[in-house]
Amino acid sequence: MNAALELFIQQLINGLTLGMVYALIALGYTMVYGVIQLINFAHGEVFMVGAYLALTAIWILAALAGPLPFWVSFAALLVFSMAGSALLGATIEKVAYKPLRNSPRLTALITSIGVSFFLQNAVMLIYRSKEQSVPEIIPHVQVSLGRISFSLIQGVIFLTSIGLMIFLTWFVKNTKLGKAMRALAEDPEAACLMGISVDRVIRVTFILGSALASVAGVLFALYYGSVNFHDGYLAGLKAFTAAVFGGIGSIPGAMLGGVLLGVFEGLGAGYISSQWKDVFAFLLLVAVLISKPSGLLGENIPEKV
Amino acid sequence: MERISLKKSNLFKVATVFLPLALIPLFDHNPYHLDLFTTVGIYALLAMGLNVVVGFAGLLNLGYAAFFAIGAYTYALLSLHWHCPFWLGLPIAGLVSMFFGFLIGMPSIRVRGDYLAITTLGFGEIVRIAFNNLDAWTGGPNGLLGIARPKLWVPSFEGGLHFETWSFSVNPAPYGYLVLGLVAGTACLLLRLSDSKFGRALVAIREDELAASCMGIPTLKVKLYAFGVSSFIAGIAGCVFAAKQTIITPDSFDFVLSVLILAMVVLGGLGNLWGAVLGAAVLGTLPELLREFADYRMLVFGLIMILMMIFRPQGILGGQLIQRELDVRHKESADGAS
Repeated sequence: MNAALELFIQQLINGLTLGMVYALIALGYTMVYGVIQLINFAHGEVFMVGAYLALTAIWILAALAGPLPFWVSFAALLVFSMAGSALLGATIEKVAYKPLRNSPRLTALITSIGVSFFLQNAVMLIYRSKEQSVPEIIPHVQVSLGRISFSLIQGVIFLTSIGLMIFLTWFVKNTKLGKAMRALAEDPEAACLMGISVDRVIRVTFILGSALASVAGVLFALYYGSVNFHDGYLAGLKAFTAAVFGGIGSIPGAMLGGVLLGVFEGLGAGYISSQWKDVFAFLLLVAVLISKPSGLLGENIPEKV
Repeated sequence: MERISLKKSNLFKVATVFLPLALIPLFDHNPYHLDLFTTVGIYALLAMGLNVVVGFAGLLNLGYAAFFAIGAYTYALLSLHWHCPFWLGLPIAGLVSMFFGFLIGMPSIRVRGDYLAITTLGFGEIVRIAFNNLDAWTGGPNGLLGIARPKLWVPSFEGGLHFETWSFSVNPAPYGYLVLGLVAGTACLLLRLSDSKFGRALVAIREDELAASCMGIPTLKVKLYAFGVSSFIAGIAGCVFAAKQTIITPDSFDFVLSVLILAMVVLGGLGNLWGAVLGAAVLGTLPELLREFADYRMLVFGLIMILMMIFRPQGILGGQLIQRELDVRHKESADGAS
């Protein structure tokens, strides 16, 4: 295989890995937007808190238990982080957004910016230093083919993300709660008249979205080996870009948008300039919002969740 | 006749608020206090400018720091490359910033509500990253240094009339007066503006865009002008900031600043000019009063925004119009339920 093709495939793999993480975060944006039409600005911080919870879980595991097989520790991290973030998501909804259910959209948006600042600084105060390194949990093993390499952690990211996306699709399609979510997205008043508990469905939406974001946080922390309390802002914004790109309110759209954004970024960073890669993402965001706010899969906007 | 008395009363209001403030540098010679005085003044300019877009027109701009940055970099580049005097740089910085306001506003104002907020946020980040990456022009992350301070020409009568240049120095008092003058001037203009046809059109758009356009208000044009006015003020503030600091880096113009200014407007009362000034004074001085809690500063800002939105969305001094608007949805939902 020639070198150019190998480089391309490598950038594609790296981009897809990042795209999986974006997609997981984007799902939370899109679900919440579908149900209550709120751009939950604090969602990126939930992702960041998820990453910090993973770090905390690693510390706890190291202190309490001896060396464990990597998949046991990984599962423990996931459970710990998802539980913590789900609780956080439900609390944010109850404290900050529920009182504003009937307020203008901008009021809730400003509140969510407040929540975002609050969480960022709370994490900074709790964990003190700006950047923390994350101990290696998943052994550094990789399969190489020529100059293309595929590491174990990338495999874990692919499997976990795809598994969760399949689960979410099944959940929204087939369970009672999932159907309630779709009904609420389509017509809140009719849903309410049909006896759907609106508050409960909104709470579940926040819990699901936060849990998915925290998984993204765990994967991100393990992949890069460090966490920073500023990570949530940029990752959140890019995931929002992905959600808008795919068509906000649409679950397959968020998945597609996330993966595509990751690939664009990987290829852009590899071939054009890594210094400007954030600008590409923002340009994409602005261009989509201005020219086609309904996004790629915008057709199924009526069926928002 | 009525217009004249209105004008008088605006001038009178501005004078009663700002003339006593002008006495502060006469009694308080502490450079630290005077520096804070100037900083709060710059914040007040920014808050008043943002208020035009967010408060009057109801368009949430989350990239406001970008216009501040454009003003600052414009004056810095003019001063470094062409030795442009401050007094000429001031209007140019405002105009360049306004030009970019139009440029960014033109596509942005077509998208509505929360999408507009995100669009402006995206543009704001693009501007900051561009300043950070265009090393050849902007010095990259190190920024620009050695920006000229303002100079005055003082007449001297020794040996015939001639003018001596007198430059601002590290002494913050002259900056304090400069900023105070700009704040008072801007307040006067904005008070006039809010009583004008343009100001009323903005409020009409905020209250009900469809009804406003049915009344014959060219909504896109009016919104675009609001963007222009608002970014002009930010450009002026940026120019003063650059001349005062003599060194600017892209870090000074990040998203945190945009949110900080927004928090000032929200705290004082959306759509209320005095509220914007009050918000700037409170959030500008609060961190200095609570020095030992400096780490908790942004935490408190976040909390203030959440609590204000939940318990007093109209802000400390919120105007009646805003209050009515914020109630509309409640009424609608009440009607829907009955």
